Amino acid sequence: MSTVKVLIVDDHRLFRSGVRAELGDSIEVIGEAEDVESAVRAIAELGPDVVLLDVHMPGGGGQEVLRRVLGAGSTVRFLALSVSDAAEDVIGVIRGGARGYVTKNISGRELTDAIRRVADGDAVFSPRLAGFVLDAFASSEAPPIDPELDSLTQREREVLRLIARGYAYKEIAKELFISVKTVETHVSSVLRKLQLSNRHELSRWATARRLV
Amino acid sequence: MAGVAQGAAAQLRLDPVVLRLAFVLLTVLDGFGAVAYAALWMFTPSESYEGREPARDWSQLAAYTAIGLALLALGLLTGTSGAGIGAWPIAVGGIGSLILWQQADPDRRQRWMTTTVGQVRQNRVRTLAGLVLVVVGAIGFLVANDELVEARSGIMFTLVVVGGVALIVAPWLAALWKELQRERRERIRQEERAEVAAHVHDSVLHTLTLIQRNASDSREVMRLARSQERELRNWLYQPQQDADASVAAAVRRVAAEEEDAHGVPIEVVCVGDCPLTPELSAMVQAARQAMVNAAKYSGSEVISVYAEAEPEEVTIFVRDRGVGFDMEDVPEDRMGIRQSIVGRMERHGGSARVRTEPGEGTEVMLTMKLEKV
Repeated sequence: MSTVKVLIVDDHRLFRSGVRAELGDSIEVIGEAEDVESAVRAIAELGPDVVLLDVHMPGGGGQEVLRRVLGAGSTVRFLALSVSDAAEDVIGVIRGGARGYVTKNISGRELTDAIRRVADGDAVFSPRLAGFVLDAFASSEAPPIDPELDSLTQREREVLRLIARGYAYKEIAKELFISVKTVETHVSSVLRKLQLSNRHELSRWATARRLV
Repeated sequence: MAGVAQGAAAQLRLDPVVLRLAFVLLTVLDGFGAVAYAALWMFTPSESYEGREPARDWSQLAAYTAIGLALLALGLLTGTSGAGIGAWPIAVGGIGSLILWQQADPDRRQRWMTTTVGQVRQNRVRTLAGLVLVVVGAIGFLVANDELVEARSGIMFTLVVVGGVALIVAPWLAALWKELQRERRERIRQEERAEVAAHVHDSVLHTLTLIQRNASDSREVMRLARSQERELRNWLYQPQQDADASVAAAVRRVAAEEEDAHGVPIEVVCVGDCPLTPELSAMVQAARQAMVNAAKYSGSEVISVYAEAEPEEVTIFVRDRGVGFDMEDVPEDRMGIRQSIVGRMERHGGSARVRTEPGEGTEVMLTMKLEKV
């Protein structure tokens, strides 16, 4: 198993060293960055496979990093890592181009898995993100503009539901009698829809969830 | 009689007797005291206003003077003396100023004068009407006295002076206005900050103190940290929900309570929501029992709860990755699963399934069909 080169972007030093210590042997941390500027620079200089990206940071946050790096045509993969549970943040960073979203209370082993998965080009959904996506796609009254992009298939829905129920990919595969690879395909397809669907319900839904 | 004299006197800080005498005098002279009295009675806002008593309001006096003039002019017009057309402009101007001053209650006028901010807008029409009347009155006065031509240069002079003053004063007024806006924003921000500070103090700081005192008890530290985290998240991200009103809120609350009671993290994901009916309440209680079982017996590090409300049915899943058990081995007298979960669901028209194997963890699935209304 080849090692995955990871760059950690987070404005909390304690958290960066914590993540560094927790990651398994198959992950090599090649650098750290603490704000948008240094992150953009480090990604260009170090060429990591995966960037662990904090959502809230000085200088525009994770979304700004995504915009500048992916906007410049880079193919580096991002995994968002945040304490925030706000739908706006979660959906925002995914729509910005991150390939997954996990919360900071994730265990070291799970994080290692998630990084490997993102490095392989797959998507990583936390149970909460899966719940958000189900909610967002379900709460639409308007007919979809592009049926292919604007709605989930039955199978994708089932997979998301199992993720929301706390199932790991392997358990989902077993439950649905499909291969882990197929589960990954479904999740990646949902990710694609989430990123490309331009129906405004998604953003409106995310904003509505934020109203207190 | 109607308290007009008293009210006016109170505003002017004069003895009511003086005003009453004036009214009586006017009435006796040509009957206009009565009219003035009635007019004031109609136009004066009757509600008393609260707050600091203003200093003696000389502007009021000006208003009353204007009214007096207007009345006098009217009196001359209709009265025996018959002073001719010259008195009309005075009457019109007087009525205009009456409108201007009487429409503003002292409170509002005070605000106009001190801050130039105020809800002038709703009064704009009246204000305009008053202004027009005053101007018409003034011009009319000049016309009536054949002095308009002579006064023209004077008016020009006045206009130039007024314009000059306006030019000088405008930047200052603008600065004042900006300053006021800035102050108001600052005040709002400070209030907000105070609220956040109060919240942080009551919750986070308090919990941090507790954590320091319980530093040796890792379980208690964990529990405190979790519960504080949840509380803070709710405060930051969740809309205020009444836990008695909706399924999602009820599930979240139950999970929070059991998490606190057993010190095992319970991750809740809710999709959709619907009002809480008695059946759904029972379902939430069954879910609570499933959480209790998982927290007490499974040894799982974390419990996942997933609740989904669809148009036709509500489903709740409670899952742990603990030791699991063999359904066959559960003794008949163990009430938890049979009575509190399966039995309760069936009594309320729902169903419950338990999936478990030794070493594979446990998942309790609850389903409740929603009645079509």
